[in-house]
Amino acid sequence: MEFKDNEAIYLQIAAFVSDQILMGKWPAGQKIPSVRDMAVELEVNPNTVMRSYEFLQGLGIIYNKRGLGLFVADDGFDKVKAYRKENFVRQNLPELFKNMYLLGISIDEISLQYQNFQAQQKDELKQASNDENKQ
Amino acid sequence: MIQINNLNFSYNSKKPLFKNLNLSLKAGHIYGLLGKNGAGKSTLLKNIAGLAFPQSGKCLIDGTESSKRLVSTLQNLYFIAEEVYVPALTPGQFLERTAGFYPAFSITDFYSYLKILDIDPDLLMTKMSYGQQKKMIIAFGLATNTGVLILDEPTNGLDIPSKVQFRKLIASVLNEERCIIISTHQVRDLDSLIDTVLILEDHRIVIENSIDELTEKLFFGVFKDLTGMNVLYEEDTLMGKYAIVENTAGKFGKMDLELLFNAATTNSSKLLNVLKPATLHE
Repeated sequence: MEFKDNEAIYLQIAAFVSDQILMGKWPAGQKIPSVRDMAVELEVNPNTVMRSYEFLQGLGIIYNKRGLGLFVADDGFDKVKAYRKENFVRQNLPELFKNMYLLGISIDEISLQYQNFQAQQKDELKQASNDENKQ
Repeated sequence: MIQINNLNFSYNSKKPLFKNLNLSLKAGHIYGLLGKNGAGKSTLLKNIAGLAFPQSGKCLIDGTESSKRLVSTLQNLYFIAEEVYVPALTPGQFLERTAGFYPAFSITDFYSYLKILDIDPDLLMTKMSYGQQKKMIIAFGLATNTGVLILDEPTNGLDIPSKVQFRKLIASVLNEERCIIISTHQVRDLDSLIDTVLILEDHRIVIENSIDELTEKLFFGVFKDLTGMNVLYEEDTLMGKYAIVENTAGKFGKMDLELLFNAATTNSSKLLNVLKPATLHE
């Protein structure tokens, strides 16, 4: 995993775990890699991974089963989504608005683009499930 | 685990290397020791390992002076020097003659590390390349399972895949009982592996902070305009000022070890004041 320069590594690892949950790769109840395994995989200090996991536990996205390890919470998916949404509104949206304002892009123009994007995503999903059915 | 109290050391009485140097290192951490050429990184490591003796002051490992070179201390300590010395033996023969000094040595770990680092256990070490010799000694050092593991410039001479394997191995061997100290100039090799930064400058340790503390107190970034910020260090770039500012917004950015190093080894009083406000009043 390549780390970006603008965010603490522990937050980037937490985002990586969140992505796995959002993409459905790690569903509710799934055991997540141990601190050591994750540290080896990402070539980072185990204490950093520990901090990421504590951060995610604090948000209720993962939980600790004593002696068994860490698992994705039943409502982990919803919690990741809510947390990401809050971040988006706080961080990304002001930046988007600033660019729209500077470049004179109207909300209607964005709305149209977004509808196209949604349609495209749906097509891709359909295509993917068709491919799966064929196999 | 390691305690250095008022260490004074010099090779030449006119030029003291350390003046009342203090340092405290705990188990469960990977420390990155940085310093300019000639600042005394290797000498400090040798003092810790009992390979150089303080002129005054003490280097203690678990409460015992390492300069006494007691068996109980040395069997729980492994020092990997920057320039490794290897006898005309195969790794297997080296193991038979040397592993016995380390009660916690794991033969299984040793052969697994050799395999990971792609070293032939039956090849004479004197026939190996420099990088291979170094990897062999790294495999041996990790397999000793000593409480203190000191590595002086371990990634020098390692090829790119070996550096990746080295990072994975170090991440896998850290545990609550182990204290790992790595000195390096290759900060990019190790910046996500270490959790505490030690910077040796001006005969003492000027920075002794965890990466968490550093990113909590400092913010590293490129700024077009620095007005209103407490600028601790800055460099000019095409994009603007690449600077370390006091972190007042509560953001958690990524630390740039190179920039921190440049800041700590040039005019650093502002930076050090932000990191250690308490020492001002002592």
